[in-house]
Amino acid sequence: MTARIFAYIVHKGGVADDTAPEMLAAAKLIDPAASPTAIVTGAGPTLDALCDTLRNSFSEVWKISNEVLAYPNAELVRKALVAILPPSSIVLLPHSHFGVDLGPGLSVKLNSASVPDVVAIEGVEGAYLKVVRQEFGGQFSTHVRCDISSGAVIQLRPGAFKPTSSASVQGKVIDKSSAVDALSARRRYIKTVVAETGDVDISKEAVLVSIGRGIQEQDNVAIAQELAEAMGAALSCSRPVVDAKWLPKSRQVGSSGQTVKPKVYIACGISGSFQHLAGIKGSPFIVAINKNPKAPIFQIADVGIVDDVLEFLPELTNKIRAVAK
Amino acid sequence: MDILVCVKRVPDTSENEIELNGAGSDIARDDLVYSVNEWDNYATEEALQIAEHTGGNVTVVTVGGEDNEEILRREMALGAKNGALISDEAIEGSDNAGIAGLLKAFVQKNPHDLILTGAQAEDGAAQVGGMLAAMLDYPFASLVSGIEVMDGKKLLVSREVEGGNKEVNEIDLPCVLSIQTGINEPRYVGMRGIRQVASLEIPTFSASDLGVDKASIGRSAAKVQRTDYFVPALGKGAEILAGSRDEIIDTMIDLVKAKGGLR
Repeated sequence: MTARIFAYIVHKGGVADDTAPEMLAAAKLIDPAASPTAIVTGAGPTLDALCDTLRNSFSEVWKISNEVLAYPNAELVRKALVAILPPSSIVLLPHSHFGVDLGPGLSVKLNSASVPDVVAIEGVEGAYLKVVRQEFGGQFSTHVRCDISSGAVIQLRPGAFKPTSSASVQGKVIDKSSAVDALSARRRYIKTVVAETGDVDISKEAVLVSIGRGIQEQDNVAIAQELAEAMGAALSCSRPVVDAKWLPKSRQVGSSGQTVKPKVYIACGISGSFQHLAGIKGSPFIVAINKNPKAPIFQIADVGIVDDVLEFLPELTNKIRAVAK
Repeated sequence: MDILVCVKRVPDTSENEIELNGAGSDIARDDLVYSVNEWDNYATEEALQIAEHTGGNVTVVTVGGEDNEEILRREMALGAKNGALISDEAIEGSDNAGIAGLLKAFVQKNPHDLILTGAQAEDGAAQVGGMLAAMLDYPFASLVSGIEVMDGKKLLVSREVEGGNKEVNEIDLPCVLSIQTGINEPRYVGMRGIRQVASLEIPTFSASDLGVDKASIGRSAAKVQRTDYFVPALGKGAEILAGSRDEIIDTMIDLVKAKGGLR
């Protein structure tokens, strides 16, 4: 295996994202002998501080410093990467809101293969990289074979690869800024609108009753609200409940909502997509109630109850009220 | 503004309990209820709202077999003016790059101001929109949760990023946007709408109609291939509580109380 492996480092304020060591671990699964190269794009002094940190774990850090890359606009980043990547490179990216913006188009411009949302890597056989993906919201897994002979863009699910500890490598920083011509984009970043905080800050609650698609109708939200009140908990939800406008966005747990760290999480009618699970931190005690015994939430919950939340929750609420008396 | 919406026909997970086939080579597809990919419904609604506002037509296109006519007709019943089916035996086994290549050829023969896709489909790939944009050399934005038409040449689009934040971008037309759920409230199909489009002819395009080389599509051209399906190993997995509902509730209350979840 001779293809060179690159990891595009997502960073903020000079600090690398959690996915940086995960990509390093994934590179070793592709090729145990690999010494992957980190690529960072950005501008200003924080970029140098970041490179200096990354040198501890990557043997080479390629830096592209350019004022227009101060904000990571995927179109500009793509042009910069295409300018510096050697042919047949394997490029690792996180499968995040940034990765899905960048990866597919990058693979087209590099004329390489592209595999999104990879959850496991089994290794390379000849010209093929064998990886595992998921479909149907995590209900089924698939083995996927990817021809890497002309390179590949591999988007890794954040959190799926456990960082491995390794000795500091004291790598070198290589400035590639001059290899990138003047950059312009037909999509221009204007601003970031920060999410409104609602009446309840679910990120600070110790106990959450969380509802998903299984709640079925707006009128049924009250059933879960009553349980939350009886428990002294707050009500949160997964994405479909917000999409249907049954609860405000500030109540949504997940990668595009809030990150919560409760002690106890009661998942009611939530299937358990990875985007939802990404918002639950701190290893809470998770009770999942779902009528589908195959719901992926049962893979990560501590306790599972196979039942219809619309029937189960009112009885649970009554009993909790009775116990409290 | 003329808008093209790329849609996909997928097994409806709310109508079916999906199982694997015996060989693990695919899901069991007999007797499945199919519908339009959930994200694509939001994309179609968004296109209809923009066209109602700016004038122009909405066209829906899909890649697949004859069965796909039903989803095109559904979107036409909602208000899409035209449907187009890209269908060819040679497409079987194509990867997402192959599908994007066919759509690219369609767009080149049928130019539109704006092209929308769903952010992802049942395979969670979220690839075709970004690939299509790069192939056409159009600008692209993924996970779009808001669109504002600025003038005939550009849009203001919001993207969903971490923590519920929104990233606002200006983007030049023509462009490709992948649409996130929740951007709007998709309308329902009325019986009248369905009757009106029931007999409309939907044009079908083969690979050669679009000038696509058959060597660039299908299984043999796919750099990425799914080799099997399997049920993921449970890991530790949840302890599934057994017994009557009453017993389960008692056990759950004890457990939750022990973990500090009950005041």
